[in-house]
Amino acid sequence: MTAHAPAGRLANEAEGASRVGASNTLTLAIENMRCGGCLRSVEHAALGVAGVETARASLAAKRVSIAYDSRQAGAVELIAALKRAGFAAAPMETAKEDRGDAWHKYLLRRVAVSGFAAMNIMLLSVAVWSGTASDMDDALAALFRCLSALIALPTVAYAGQPFFASALGALKGRRLNMDVPISLAILLATAMSLYQTMRGSEQVYFDAAVSLLFFLLVGRFLDETLRVRARGEAQNLLSLQSGIATIIEPEGSHRMVPTHALRPGDQLLVATGERVAADGVVLAGTGQIDQSLITGETAPLTVRAGQEVYAGTLNLTKPLQIQVRAADTATLLAEISRLMLAAEQGKARYRRLADRAAQIYAPAVHGLGLATFLGWLLAGATWQTALTYAIAVLIITCPCALALAVPAVQIAAASQLFRRRIIIKAADGLERIAETDMVVFDKTGTLTLGRPELLDDETISDKVLAAASSLAAASRHPYARAIVEAAQKRLGSVLPASGIEETPGLGLARSSPEGEERLGSAEWCGIDSGGEESEVWYRRGSEAPVRLRFADSVRSDAADVVASLKRQGYRLALLSGDRTAVVNRVARDVGIETWRAELKPAGKIAWLDACASAGRKMLMVGDGLNDAPALAAAHACMSPASAADISQRAADFVFQGEKLTPVLEAIAIGKRARSMALQNFAVAFLYNVACVPLAMAGLVTPLIAAIVMSSSSILVTANAARLAGRGRP
Amino acid sequence: MTALAWLIPVALLLGGLGLAAFLWALRSGQFEDLDGAAYRALEDDPPDR
Repeated sequence: MTAHAPAGRLANEAEGASRVGASNTLTLAIENMRCGGCLRSVEHAALGVAGVETARASLAAKRVSIAYDSRQAGAVELIAALKRAGFAAAPMETAKEDRGDAWHKYLLRRVAVSGFAAMNIMLLSVAVWSGTASDMDDALAALFRCLSALIALPTVAYAGQPFFASALGALKGRRLNMDVPISLAILLATAMSLYQTMRGSEQVYFDAAVSLLFFLLVGRFLDETLRVRARGEAQNLLSLQSGIATIIEPEGSHRMVPTHALRPGDQLLVATGERVAADGVVLAGTGQIDQSLITGETAPLTVRAGQEVYAGTLNLTKPLQIQVRAADTATLLAEISRLMLAAEQGKARYRRLADRAAQIYAPAVHGLGLATFLGWLLAGATWQTALTYAIAVLIITCPCALALAVPAVQIAAASQLFRRRIIIKAADGLERIAETDMVVFDKTGTLTLGRPELLDDETISDKVLAAASSLAAASRHPYARAIVEAAQKRLGSVLPASGIEETPGLGLARSSPEGEERLGSAEWCGIDSGGEESEVWYRRGSEAPVRLRFADSVRSDAADVVASLKRQGYRLALLSGDRTAVVNRVARDVGIETWRAELKPAGKIAWLDACASAGRKMLMVGDGLNDAPALAAAHACMSPASAADISQRAADFVFQGEKLTPVLEAIAIGKRARSMALQNFAVAFLYNVACVPLAMAGLVTPLIAAIVMSSSSILVTANAARLAGRGRP
Repeated sequence: MTALAWLIPVALLLGGLGLAAFLWALRSGQFEDLDGAAYRALEDDPPDR
């Protein structure tokens, strides 16, 4: 969790530091910057803070870079200024952010250089080929080949670096990867072509070698683009999760710091309606907290001095004073982290489709090349001829479909998801979600909104509702809010009463001319009921008390999504940490037959493991801290954007909004991407089946090699583009 | 055919200029924010300090 990250206190401490005139740069993630107007507002807001020198916002990355004088301004002031302008902002962890970007640019430079070289060499080659058919004399053709060599050699040396480095690394580790045959084909083709050029032969493959390099680099670049984007989104999400906390200094003054700068022993003030920023122990105050994100339990919990509270819980009723506790091994969070680590090891073993194909492909390519070389030698050809034919085989079989088509498909799919406000966080998540055959939901916050609403609204009279709501208006308790909401819906307005006293954990009271009015638990109203927790009683004077029942409201489209998944043949399950009666009701409402209640995180994992060993591949959809290990253990996983940060960290996809439909959309797009990738494999395979025998027979000229190479690459990319073009919302 | 003696170098030079321009643009951060650049063109205010 960010609260435990050993990051420096970059906030106000920077001002107190002895750095004189230090100009700092800070990158902030901005949550809701969506248009050009926002872009300017963000920059203006940042520039309005004293000491800020420059501010540059990026709409694509949803970040703003600010250079400021650390003696005059700090992260907290900047975040506060942006908040006043209406933008939620949070500091990025800058150390990790730039590395992926540098590699991205490294590849793009090589794409540009190899593209330039491929075009120019192709231009010369086309002249030579058409010259062979007409009137070009040998001296000019030789000159053109020399020119090609002059362009190709530096290009291969520069643009081939990523492949050579990766192949070398694999060979050192005594493995074969896709880059070994690629490097071999490029290096052999270049060296052999150089040799043939000097001999004045026609078997020159510079064009094929360099365009191979170009297409492969485009594939690498697209793949990296997806990773950079997924990583960037993930970092923004995580940065925004951690906000600002109020520290109480030993001498009593208050100070705001970013939550990742909190240390064990710090004393925090958690205002009403705020989320607790770090795990800790309550020092002073009695109040109610909503810990549905942690346990899935919807009924609020009353905490007193000395009790533990967890980061991510919502303080409902009274301000609390909390002492941040060191992360020791006995806490809930430590147990969750341990379970997650174990579960994630299973997922790290997943190998991407392209890698699995490469595992079969690389030895086959090497085998065919070697067989061609040896076969022709045995048949009595010179070694130059045999090697030239072997190179033709290597070039023809080189895996453009694997290296270019799959990344192209995934980029197209990621943009589709992005337009539907689904963020892809794991680059291989699309492949995994397409393989699932079972969907497991969490209840609180996933199928439901994690917000109670008043049940049997119609049995309660207008008069009672009005009276109860004017009491309830004074409280931030979720049940009180639900009453106010119901009253507003039915009566149009709520008159807040005065002179209300709130007793945390029990209820509200007020004296009125008709006697004392009370709203709260059964005990509070003097009723000896069964003690069901999701209910509140209202009583005035000696009149008969009225019972108000609540239930967590189900997301509006949950039942439709469940029905649609069933139609598609998915098996469904509901796993919750909440009470049996509540889970049963939600399961019945949305139409899920298989459900388990009152599960601990380890119980959820055990259940998933049992299903996994029965051969099921599960998509887990969950939001709570208690779901995090299960998310990590499932084959693929999704979280709503309202989830606990540890769950969002584990999730492959994060979806925004109040609807559950993104689950359907992510599955559909993942499946479509998968079938596109398979189509592309098939196209590449057909090309190989047709051309490899020709190449082995020595019938492939440099012209045919170049045409086959380029046309198969263009075909698979065009196929991938179909995904991007379809179904724009 | 003698025209080729200068046409080819000129073609390569022009291509090379394009490549150099792209690499310069990449280095100077012209591709940092492709979405935002579209909106910045519509701004009336002069660019910031």
